[in-house]
Amino acid sequence: MNIEDIRKPENIVYRKPALLTDNIMHYCPGCSHGTVHKIVAEVIGEMGIQEKTIGICPVGCSVFAYNYIDIDWQEAAHGRAPALATATKRLCPDKYVFTYQGDGDLASIGTAEIIHACSRGENIVVIFINNGIYGMTGGQMAPTTLLGMKTSTTPYGRDAKLNGFPLKITEMLAALDGTAYITRQSVHTAPAARKAKNAIRKAFEYSDRNIGLSFVEIVSTCNSGWKLSPVAANKWMEENMFKEYPLGDIKDVLK
Amino acid sequence: MAFKGIIEVDTQRCKGCSVCVANCPTHSIRLSSKVNGKGYNYAEMVGDACIGCSNCAVVCPDSVITVYRVKVQ
Repeated sequence: MNIEDIRKPENIVYRKPALLTDNIMHYCPGCSHGTVHKIVAEVIGEMGIQEKTIGICPVGCSVFAYNYIDIDWQEAAHGRAPALATATKRLCPDKYVFTYQGDGDLASIGTAEIIHACSRGENIVVIFINNGIYGMTGGQMAPTTLLGMKTSTTPYGRDAKLNGFPLKITEMLAALDGTAYITRQSVHTAPAARKAKNAIRKAFEYSDRNIGLSFVEIVSTCNSGWKLSPVAANKWMEENMFKEYPLGDIKDVLK
Repeated sequence: MAFKGIIEVDTQRCKGCSVCVANCPTHSIRLSSKVNGKGYNYAEMVGDACIGCSNCAVVCPDSVITVYRVKVQ
């Protein structure tokens, strides 16, 4: 069987989801943001909710997410995406509302907003990209930076006495009664990406059932900020990040 | 039952991150020695061992890979 016999439209088993636009992403090569964008586009496409979904963009690398997924978007002030999502969902209760935030946005300047949105049990989805660093501004220490991890503001590694400990915000949110589904996933390998897709789909389905906030953390890489190649960054994440941030479901009220 | 697959790479959008290369179970992808318009060595299929499992396309951050798959007896 030669290549031309295989390259027929009926034999396609995987292609770029229709909801992703043709704009070339501005992310660095190998950035996890691209993979998560694709997964979100796939989930929204497969659920057939393109017309009913409103995304809230954060401030950070993913500030331009509205250029890449063909749905309605709003742009929030830094860290305030959960507040904007609260308003959007309360005004349009029949819509699916999700925020897409990084760790500098959600776990630092936006800590108050996310905690109170979770505490109020808003029926929204929060997708939290945790790469342990401020990627866009040049690799400064974030609240989620690991102990001993070198960043541009902790050149000798994060020191607990000086800089405190990594903030496990996902575990904190699981303790709140307003949350329905809390999980931590990654997208560095194909099986992990498929699991993350199932988790994001479940989160969107839960948000439609009015049982509380669904929160999906994606442990990600920032290979530019970590000063590693994309493949080496994935390996470093497996060896170091997963110890501090173990993968798996943390809370599921329907189980 | 065996499967045979091929991949098609959108070479102008590929950024040569090689995450697909690391995720290919049959070592059927490599980075080309040629570069695209942005100067990246883009991914290309090598050999005929591809089984069309889509792992490369699933992890591709820029969604540049299309996978075709057929059953062969």
